[in-house]
Amino acid sequence: MATHDIFEKNSILLAIGILIVVSIAGLVEIVPLYFIGSTIEKVEGMRPYTPLELAGRDIYVREGCYLCHSQMIRPFRDEVERYGHYSLAAESMYDHPFQWGSKRTGPDLARVGGKYSDKWHRDHMINPRSIVPESVMPGYSFLASAEIDASRYAARLSTLNWTAQPNGVEKNDTGAMYTNAMIANAAADLKAQAGDPDSDQAEALQKRYGGKINVRDFDGNPDKVTELDALIAYLQMLGTLVDFKTYNAKANLR
Amino acid sequence: MNRGGITTIGGIFTALVLVSGILLTGYAGLNGLDAVFSFHMYLMAAAAILGLLALLMGRPYKGDPAKYNYTIVKAFVIAAIFWGVAGFVVGDYIAWELAFPFLNWDLPWTNFGRLRPLHTSAVIFAFGGNILLGSSFYVAQRTNHTRLAGNVAPWFVFWGYNLFIALAGTGYLLGVTQGREYAEPEWYVDLWLTLVWVVYLLVFMGTLMKRRVSHIYVANWFYLAFIITIAVLHLVNNMAIPVSFLGIKSYSMQAGVQDAMTQWWYGHNAVGFFLTAAFLAMMYYFVPKRAQRPIYSYRLSIVHFWALIFLYMWAGPHHLHYTALPDWTQSMGMVFSVILWMPSWGGMINGLMTLSGAWDKLRTDPVLRMLVVSVAFYGMSTFEGPMMAIKAVNALSHYTDWTVGHVHSGAMGWVGMVSFGVIYCLVPWVWGRDRMYSMALVSWHFWLSTIGILLYITSMWVSGILQGLMWRAYDSLGFLEYSFVETVEAMHPFYIIRATGGLFFVLGALIMVYNVIMTVRAAPREEAISDAVLAPAE
Repeated sequence: MATHDIFEKNSILLAIGILIVVSIAGLVEIVPLYFIGSTIEKVEGMRPYTPLELAGRDIYVREGCYLCHSQMIRPFRDEVERYGHYSLAAESMYDHPFQWGSKRTGPDLARVGGKYSDKWHRDHMINPRSIVPESVMPGYSFLASAEIDASRYAARLSTLNWTAQPNGVEKNDTGAMYTNAMIANAAADLKAQAGDPDSDQAEALQKRYGGKINVRDFDGNPDKVTELDALIAYLQMLGTLVDFKTYNAKANLR
Repeated sequence: MNRGGITTIGGIFTALVLVSGILLTGYAGLNGLDAVFSFHMYLMAAAAILGLLALLMGRPYKGDPAKYNYTIVKAFVIAAIFWGVAGFVVGDYIAWELAFPFLNWDLPWTNFGRLRPLHTSAVIFAFGGNILLGSSFYVAQRTNHTRLAGNVAPWFVFWGYNLFIALAGTGYLLGVTQGREYAEPEWYVDLWLTLVWVVYLLVFMGTLMKRRVSHIYVANWFYLAFIITIAVLHLVNNMAIPVSFLGIKSYSMQAGVQDAMTQWWYGHNAVGFFLTAAFLAMMYYFVPKRAQRPIYSYRLSIVHFWALIFLYMWAGPHHLHYTALPDWTQSMGMVFSVILWMPSWGGMINGLMTLSGAWDKLRTDPVLRMLVVSVAFYGMSTFEGPMMAIKAVNALSHYTDWTVGHVHSGAMGWVGMVSFGVIYCLVPWVWGRDRMYSMALVSWHFWLSTIGILLYITSMWVSGILQGLMWRAYDSLGFLEYSFVETVEAMHPFYIIRATGGLFFVLGALIMVYNVIMTVRAAPREEAISDAVLAPAE
């Protein structure tokens, strides 16, 4: 293999050769996902996370929930019967980062929203085996006492506006997913969602995010907004946004 | 020789970098928005201060420029052994947590979700990384017949890399994570690793460039591919926007399906380049050296090198079969994964056939036995991987313990065993001993590890396939036969067997620690096993 000498005798050429050879696959597999229009299905109902849901999602990421729970229902008969409609790409278009997961030590959570009561989640988080005796999930009682600093969420919403906005994300006055009003009211919205559903601020929150927002005291402790409030608020909306009555599966085949 | 540290351009440059680093991290620490962020900044500042002091005292300059730099290799070997034991212990602990969940103690710092990244990072990046960096510095010197490039730079790589591990590991326990599997460290830790990695590339390339032989030996191709590709993967996968430059939190640049594809393009090639290409580099140096035989086929090494690094990069989508990733990408990932079987076995064949005419040494040299069994495990898991990448198989195996078992047959059987073999080679070589303190203990380590790995992977095969079948089982009336929690309950005995296997593996590693300490401390003692002299086979 005399021609291979050129690489074996020149370290720079070897390095360049390697760089070219390993770059091709990523360019072919990742880049088109931004340009092929059908990659993200056309659906109705998707919206960005509210500040409280986002706080819950941040906790979900922080505690490594994705290491035991997937958020991706595959199109198999048993999975659709067990968990609900198979997951769409559109359903995670606001997910930075995605949390599809790779292991189901516990069940899939893509459509856990609305499946159990807040009290079920509360008790289950504090002591999983009090609800499901065979469960191997750790207890997360520490979330119930950890208060959320609402003042930090305006910055988090505006950071998300700086990320790449995939096809299907509704662009508004900021040219990205969150409006100026959403950012300005982030702290108030966060507190309002964990409080009285009939308050003026709760109504304003509903209007800003397009309705269908769960507003209530999730953790049974109305005095403060805790991490448990946020996490349950997040779990209770998972997989509930897309309106499958208007979803055209045939038109969205990829 | 150099007495003061700051007498070369490299020394002056490093001092400037360290001083600005102290100022920057000191400022960030004082103004940090999160306690963890401030803690990490102070940790970095302290490291920079220590580095500066070491530089001023001229510590990194110790050593004769006419000789190989073995001190740096020793440092990496010690770090690898330390992190290895830590990573194995944490891994076994979380295995017991899955069997007996009270072991989570319901505390943030001890729950499975935070300890699991600690385990994976400790074994892959801390144990694997240190042995890769250390062995690459050894192999690059020996095969290029020259001293390692740089005086300060290799030490910057050593301390910088281990600081990265300390930042990542303490961060996981305190809840700092990006939520990306095998790429959990947050933005500021990623930036730090980028800097360290660039210096590592410079040291390695610098050593290749001043080589005194005309051809670059095959082990170095694999090391170079590892260094370059990990840099590309790290940069692309960790694109994120920090909420503040004074806080821990960032959000991934990409979202949903594109983010998933990028993450598994990274994730699969962390396996492909960190855990495969670079460990093949170790195989290409240490197997022939230990067996005292030449590499079986030069032609095969060329073909399988280029084929392997090209094909590996395509295989990521097999982690996303039947998900919301478009079908065309999934199919592409499946096809390339199956093709990848061939170059993988090219490497295995080249490693195993190197033993031609020297197979008898397996009876007498437990170190060679470890190296060879590791290559056999490599062959097994690179057959199992493409099989699991076939969509029909993946439909059953995905999300189950089968995947976990597959990963561990590669990680413990291939990466772990080849690393142990290399440590047993390197320790006597760089510390100037005839051989390890006790070959009998090496044998004990070999058997404990092998039994541990077999318990691990067989229990995970059974539990994985069992769980996959239970999820899809229907009764005669057409209802799902099992609730999810019934499948969790069915895993219990297998989780105990798996954790027991892990315990065997930990015990073996502890024996290695003792053996290494005794080798370094004392002159080798006489022993009945006839492995002391490895006469070349004729």
